[in-house]
Amino acid sequence: MTVTQEAPPAPVTGPKVRRPATRKRLVPYWLLLPGILWLLVFFALPLVYQASTSVQTGSLEKGFEVTWHFATYWEALQDYYPQFIRSLLYAGTATILCLLLGYPLAYLIAFKAGRWRNLVLVLVIAPFFTSFLIRTLAWKTILADGGTVVEVLNTLHVLDVTSWLGWTESNRVLATPLAVVCGLTYNFLPFMILPLYTSLERIDGRLHEAAGDLYATPATTFRKVTLPLSMPGVVSGTLLTFIPASGDYVNAELLGSTDTKMVGSVIQTQFLRVLDYPTAAALSFILMAVVLLMVTVYIRRSGTEDLV
Amino acid sequence: MPALRWIRRNLVVLVGLLTLAYMILPNIVVMVFSFNKPKGRFNYSWQHFSLDAWKDPCGVADMCGSLSLSLQIAFWATVGATALGTMIAFALVRYRFRARGAINSLIFLPMAMPEVVMAASLLTLFLNMGAQLGFWTILIAHIMFCLSFVVTAVKARVMSMDPRLEEAARDLYAGPVQTFLRVTLPIAAPGIAAGALLAFALSFDDFIITNFNAGSTVTFPMFVWGSAQRGTPVQINVIGTAMFVIAVAVVLVGQLIANRRKKSTR
Repeated sequence: MTVTQEAPPAPVTGPKVRRPATRKRLVPYWLLLPGILWLLVFFALPLVYQASTSVQTGSLEKGFEVTWHFATYWEALQDYYPQFIRSLLYAGTATILCLLLGYPLAYLIAFKAGRWRNLVLVLVIAPFFTSFLIRTLAWKTILADGGTVVEVLNTLHVLDVTSWLGWTESNRVLATPLAVVCGLTYNFLPFMILPLYTSLERIDGRLHEAAGDLYATPATTFRKVTLPLSMPGVVSGTLLTFIPASGDYVNAELLGSTDTKMVGSVIQTQFLRVLDYPTAAALSFILMAVVLLMVTVYIRRSGTEDLV
Repeated sequence: MPALRWIRRNLVVLVGLLTLAYMILPNIVVMVFSFNKPKGRFNYSWQHFSLDAWKDPCGVADMCGSLSLSLQIAFWATVGATALGTMIAFALVRYRFRARGAINSLIFLPMAMPEVVMAASLLTLFLNMGAQLGFWTILIAHIMFCLSFVVTAVKARVMSMDPRLEEAARDLYAGPVQTFLRVTLPIAAPGIAAGALLAFALSFDDFIITNFNAGSTVTFPMFVWGSAQRGTPVQINVIGTAMFVIAVAVVLVGQLIANRRKKSTR
């Protein structure tokens, strides 16, 4: 899960320098060849094909032709910008919620769990093993109309507030934005917790003691010591949550309604049912561009360029 | 107020435990509803306790077929991605060569891209090539997206490895093959195992990429997806529960063995 964290590189061993035979020098290339070829053919090349598809026009019966019809992009954006904005909004909200919920749990595992640490870690990872679709379907039961959760939220008048904010509709949670964000948050929490935990675990406990000795309150210790040192985990956690969440459509389809459709869903429908390949390809390209742009800006701003 | 002060002091623990409950809750629901006897096609509301589904886990048409297909794909995807990924990880950590930066970004990009983008673009490739969608296209796709995760997992382990151990082996007249098999591989094994486990889990659970590139082939996640529209058999919850229990058992047994080994070497 530690996608963007790297330890300092180990020193290169001697023999390659000592015996610069051509055969030896080719070793890394032979090691790389099959895997890199796989990625080039099945990851990079498809993107090229998709780029070309997005500027094609035609229909399934007559066939598609590259006509450099860039207007597809404009039309796709015009037709589906609500789904785009919704995707980014839901994914962003879920990421923030994951951070707020995940940080205490990661902190708990790293510093407070003691001998329970392994058990809690198992409990964080174990849900992974029940297919995420089955678990997402379970949320249908949990959030069902008239179920315990909805009843409690109703009694506490939480639903009045969320309905006023437009997150829920009258007395239901299912098929509303709240349900979708709840599902997204749930599904991507482990992706936030694990990187957070790895970076928190690396922090020397003596730093906390030292801060305390210097009369820092727990809050100050957290703000000036723990949080800055856990930034690599925060960055990789938010990336691992936001990126997949922005392209997800499973939660929106299973827990939402037609009013909560996300862009992934549109791409899927255009590709697999409407068979309008150019529009689908253009949408998918726009999503990729937006996500990559946001990720780049985010990494620059959080000052950890060396992570990538 | 002492109660309020107690809450404030233990706020981290309380919120952490609440999050944990939030994460476990669906699993508990899945477990409980595997003993349900549903009324109608959907298993969303509690009716009666029943062991029917547990007695006959494969009683639903096509479900166990899709399960075994998913297991097969996950197995071969794990083998493929682990082999290719381990080789890349070793090359990246142990050698300095040109294009290292470019290769690092090529490895990173699949993880920095929404799945639906990869899924859609891979489909355009297969459509253009006129490939028959099915087992092989799913396998190709799974190896592709698992590869990066294996590389990062193995790389982390190989990086923390002391190269002097291998030098020592060579000084003791071990050949390159012997050094690799007796020194390098055992040290890197936990990283490789972690990568393989991750690849298996990712492949077994993948829905989006599979859905695009499967054609009419149905994997287990696709079966679950379909059943969400047609009606969910209780057996799905049985399989979900079994997977959860087996995983927890495997992890706990692994922990126990590791603990015992640690004690015996002390």
